[in-house]
Amino acid sequence: MTNTEARLDQIRGPVPPRPHNARTIAALTSNPACVRRAILDAAGVDKAKLAAALGLPAPFGQSRFAITRGNAFEQQVKANGCAELLRLLREQLGLPIPEVSYDDLEEVAGNPGLPMRHARTRQLLTRAADSGDDAGTLFDHPLLCLEVGGRLAYLEPDLIAFRLRGKFHVVEIKSFAAIDGQADPDKVAAAAIQSAVYVLALRQLLADSGHAADLVADEVFLVCPENFANRPTAAVLDVRKQLTVLRRQLSRLAFIAELVEALPPDICLDLEPDAAGVARRPAAELAGALHVLPPRYMPECLASCEMCRYCRDGARAETAALGRAVREDLGGVDYVETALQLAAGELTAGGGEEDAAALLRTAERLRLECLQAAQFPAPDFRGSHESLAAPQSLETTA
Amino acid sequence: MSTLTALARAQAWSAGTAQRVALVRHVHLAERPLVFVPLALAGEASAPLATMVGDDPDSPRLLVVSQPRNRDQRFAFVAELADVMVSYMEGFCSVAEEVAAGRDETRPRFVNAPQVVVPNQAAIGFVRLLGRSTRFRRTTGEFAVGPAVPVLGRWLTYLAERTEHPGSCLLLAATEALSRHWASGQSELEDLNLAALMGWIDPPPGMTGEEAAAAAEDPVLSPPAGPATDPGFDNEVLESLIEACSRADGDAAASSRAVAALERALAGQLVPTWRLVWRALELLRALPEGASVARRWEGDRDSFTGYAAYLRDTGLPQPRRDGAVAAARRLDWLERAQASYAAERAFDDPLAMAEYRMTGEAFAGLVVKAEPDRLDHSGKRRKLRPLIMVETTDPVRAEVGTVMTAVTRQGQSARVVSISADSGDAMSAENGPEDGAEPAGMVRIVLELSGGMGRSLTAAPGSVPEVGEWLCYSSLTADYQRPWEFPPAEETPWTHGGPPQPYVPADEDAVEEWS
Amino acid sequence: MTPGQHEAAQAEPARAGPAQLAASAAEKVIGDLTAGHRAVVVDSPPGAGKSSLVVRAARTLACAGEPVMVVAQTNEQADDLVDRLAAASAAGSQLLIGRLSAQDYVVSARVGRHAGVMVATDAAALSGCLVIVGTAAKWATVKARTWLFPWAIVDEAYQMRSDMLLRIAGQFDRALFVGDPGQLDPFSTVDIDRWTGLTWDPMQSAVEVLLRHNDDIPVRRLPVSWRLPSNAVPVVAEAFYPFSPFVAGTRPGERRLSFATAAFRAGPLDDALELAAETGWALYELPPRHTVRTDADAVGACAALAARLLQRGCVAHSEFAPAGIDVSPDRIAIGTAHRDQARAVRSALAGLASAGPGCSVPGLADVTVDTANRLQGREFDVVIVLHPLSGRRDATAFHLEAGRLCVLASRHRHACIVVARAGIPELLDAYPSTEPVHLNVPAKFPDGWEANQAVLAALAERKVTVR
Repeated sequence: MTNTEARLDQIRGPVPPRPHNARTIAALTSNPACVRRAILDAAGVDKAKLAAALGLPAPFGQSRFAITRGNAFEQQVKANGCAELLRLLREQLGLPIPEVSYDDLEEVAGNPGLPMRHARTRQLLTRAADSGDDAGTLFDHPLLCLEVGGRLAYLEPDLIAFRLRGKFHVVEIKSFAAIDGQADPDKVAAAAIQSAVYVLALRQLLADSGHAADLVADEVFLVCPENFANRPTAAVLDVRKQLTVLRRQLSRLAFIAELVEALPPDICLDLEPDAAGVARRPAAELAGALHVLPPRYMPECLASCEMCRYCRDGARAETAALGRAVREDLGGVDYVETALQLAAGELTAGGGEEDAAALLRTAERLRLECLQAAQFPAPDFRGSHESLAAPQSLETTA
Repeated sequence: MSTLTALARAQAWSAGTAQRVALVRHVHLAERPLVFVPLALAGEASAPLATMVGDDPDSPRLLVVSQPRNRDQRFAFVAELADVMVSYMEGFCSVAEEVAAGRDETRPRFVNAPQVVVPNQAAIGFVRLLGRSTRFRRTTGEFAVGPAVPVLGRWLTYLAERTEHPGSCLLLAATEALSRHWASGQSELEDLNLAALMGWIDPPPGMTGEEAAAAAEDPVLSPPAGPATDPGFDNEVLESLIEACSRADGDAAASSRAVAALERALAGQLVPTWRLVWRALELLRALPEGASVARRWEGDRDSFTGYAAYLRDTGLPQPRRDGAVAAARRLDWLERAQASYAAERAFDDPLAMAEYRMTGEAFAGLVVKAEPDRLDHSGKRRKLRPLIMVETTDPVRAEVGTVMTAVTRQGQSARVVSISADSGDAMSAENGPEDGAEPAGMVRIVLELSGGMGRSLTAAPGSVPEVGEWLCYSSLTADYQRPWEFPPAEETPWTHGGPPQPYVPADEDAVEEWS
Repeated sequence: MTPGQHEAAQAEPARAGPAQLAASAAEKVIGDLTAGHRAVVVDSPPGAGKSSLVVRAARTLACAGEPVMVVAQTNEQADDLVDRLAAASAAGSQLLIGRLSAQDYVVSARVGRHAGVMVATDAAALSGCLVIVGTAAKWATVKARTWLFPWAIVDEAYQMRSDMLLRIAGQFDRALFVGDPGQLDPFSTVDIDRWTGLTWDPMQSAVEVLLRHNDDIPVRRLPVSWRLPSNAVPVVAEAFYPFSPFVAGTRPGERRLSFATAAFRAGPLDDALELAAETGWALYELPPRHTVRTDADAVGACAALAARLLQRGCVAHSEFAPAGIDVSPDRIAIGTAHRDQARAVRSALAGLASAGPGCSVPGLADVTVDTANRLQGREFDVVIVLHPLSGRRDATAFHLEAGRLCVLASRHRHACIVVARAGIPELLDAYPSTEPVHLNVPAKFPDGWEANQAVLAALAERKVTVR
């Protein structure tokens, strides 16, 4: 185990790391500059649990209705040896699939552990690649694996790797609908990058047995409900761009070692209670440890990271909390209070803030002029946040 | 999005309460709007679960689907909703006026039009999807639905499409309407939550905006405005109530108890949002209406009149996707509407105009010199072309030769003759602005005026700005421009795939498969 | 492109000189016109002789008796084509050229000086002309039924929007579309998804819509850039034309700069100029800082570099003038992403111009300063670029757009100097890459992020750091 891995284990505490899946790997691309997130993810810390322990739990949750529906749709597509899926690929995408065999890789004799299932997947897929013939095979429940930041992540395309015209295609089944050929672009983006994770993993698996990377197609088949009924429809997704983004972000993980080096030696985010059920680390200590990991909060975090509420709380006084575009419009000034003071002429700009100050002063003058002309009282906004001129000193949240 | 609104957000954050970003109201508010708060079942494209709808804040109508996956119940729900909505909308189809329509003709236009108000942009998406899922249904055949269902579908689709038109107010999202007039102290993303946004604009007594917004994020204290329900509510409350309804199927007494329990729970999720939407309307109503709002509402009424007539006559459902010509035509129309809406807002509202003053496309200042009798001898005939010099501290970026209009003198155009900073005694000093970013210096702009002064070589009294008058000039125009011409759809050129297949209502439109 | 194909493309010049490559490509296109295709698309990298091809194609068709409508995107471009067509007409067989114009069009000098050009606002008045040139916007107002041209040539077709093509397509039978796919895409102020995924999406470019409905149309490529010097082609081709590389028309060393005077007390400005003169590129790197768009230091640096070029008496050596020609102010351009940046640079130039005797540099007002949008299609000897990402905290899709940087980095014949604050690689690293994905929309290459990265990598070795 490397030094970095040991340090990360220590940071996490005596629990096993949160396993990676395609979704979490894809999420690595969503805020690459956030050191806090990078370290927490690298160490495998349970971010949801951490946020809850700090008193600011994540607002995420999944409705069982959605889960049930998703499972039912997937069952439908895969029923009878994937009859529906085959029909789609044949009719809609026009793929010439004469005959297909179906292989469920979940069934390994006895009690399959992850490594066993992965070994079987590897064996079957490699054999298919070696055989070189065009017989289509649908592989259900394959278990792939990818090394991410020194840890092995087992990935289960709840989907099927399939061979056509000599290439393997990843198939993703999602339950968001495509209405008249259009689907929610954010959901499609998420599906695309998750599929790219599978493509990468599959390429690596085949590369290990000497096959070319392009044996796995850049094109992924996305299967989702069509319009308002339950009938599935298929679309082709080109994931080349997502692959380059992923490769880029995965290679950046190598720099985790540098980040970890720079941390104080004893930080620990152990969330486990002791024998008496009392948390070993009270919230204040956890907060203190987190304080050393610089975050990079932006409102988009609210949709994607379990620590969002906690980081938002810490970023209250920053213009970034109001949004990146707002921060830019405020001349790039870091703190809201600073922007207000520059605008009011109460603060002399220094060190490159002159341009921002001029911008803000003009805006302030125009706003005041308009409000006064309309006989509005000049807003008294020197109110509730006077103490936040500088970054807040750490307060206990307990 | 600009420094002005960003600064307002910063000020809101500091003050603990939202700040105004508009001095007038830019949306029309109907006297009797229909508020529609839908809830959808998670996991499906548009599976209605419940709704609170009505035009009277004190008597909302609650409609619930007790077994959301049951097709018959779903369409019964839609039929009931149609009952409320279609009759509301058709209620405006009785009184019309005659309006000039070029040369000696007139055309009818309803004196009023419906206005449907939903909580947020996601609800507009729901309206669009519900419209799509119902407008192709048939009233006969194997999958027949009640007659009002496809009609509702067409109306809903019409309303949702109309929201793409900048300045249209037939279907309003409360969050959007509020954001146009107030800046909260949180981010735009957080403003999508109606309760949080209202927390900033209208905080309960004793709470700051931030505290009220934080309370609004707790789904127990403040149920989400929808259409998505809170997953916690789904898992802990809704699931068992729905199950109870389906178990009680067949037993009338148990069934009505189960349904009543479900209705109570869903009402609990809907009522807070219902109240918030009406309160939002109250807050908006308190703002003075902008001068061009009535004209845009006339456009909405024209559109409504036209669509009502179309429904009566042919009533075909809107096609799934636009054809090539329809798409191009619509894009042209939307681009024009956007430009004219932006210009109208700026003319109506000094705060909106201030955004253009920040970027230098507009400026405001005092007239310091005027030559009202100046004549232009360059052409065949002499023309009256007064000159004025306006002094301003705004960061002007206009170029010489730009044609501008004053907000208070829209019938007159002004061409920029020269711009000079901190020097320039004569009217013809010609220099670029020395340093555009610094507003501290005075900038003097000389403008040549034409139009709006009468026909003679002497200006009508008052038609030329006088020394000491405060004017605001901008290069925006809200003038009507004729739309481009496009070939008819039957002549779609080969470059765009040739003429489209004519629409033949197919069986598969009405077919469905249910889980 | 596979490595094999890439090698083959690079080996070409060894076997056939660039002139021959270009000529045979042009021949093929002309041949295509008579081979019965409904349309031909020609992808042209920067400075590949697109206008020459348009002129040649127009003359070939017109001289065979087939009237041609030439569609340009701007009045400037239309006038340039008329100028070239008329000049070719004077040299070869006479052709009456028509210039279809809008009411408020003022005949430019380069159009007015030719005898064989007729200018009119009504297409009917030009019926005697076998070649009529007009802007797309003007052609769109002509009633289709009265004029069916056997041929249309659409110039800068990648910058024309699909809906504009829809409006004029009824006026011609067949068409040649020529354009640069690497430059800026057309856009709209309206931001909706309504038509995304449709093959006839009105917001895409004219070439995209054409090819999506007619997949039998040949797409040819012009293989040589005559504008870009040989040290620029590898950078621009790799970054912005990853699947359609091209070669330089000039050999290494044929294009270079020199200075009439030596630098007295040389500073970083001179270091940058020398580097650019030697290698064709330079990155003038300011200290890292987050700034507003009109960063005074960056804007000032752009102006100062232009002034210094002129002060030092820059001379451009080319294959046409190996001894060198003075670089006059109108052969220098400064390119920015935003209009307010362009205005700020102009102000800075004006400030330098009036700085007083001894410091003043004559002609600074003639230096072209404009945004990428407006520099499309133009060329200069030396270009100074204010990097779109300079001083920014966050990249946005607008600033990362490959087309923008491509235009800025491909206007020059001799050298390009990029002004930027340090910190751009970090900015790129931090970029979230969570862009929405739409069904049925083909993936677009090059990717803006990748393109930016490639250009930065090339500039990293030609950097002058300012303290």
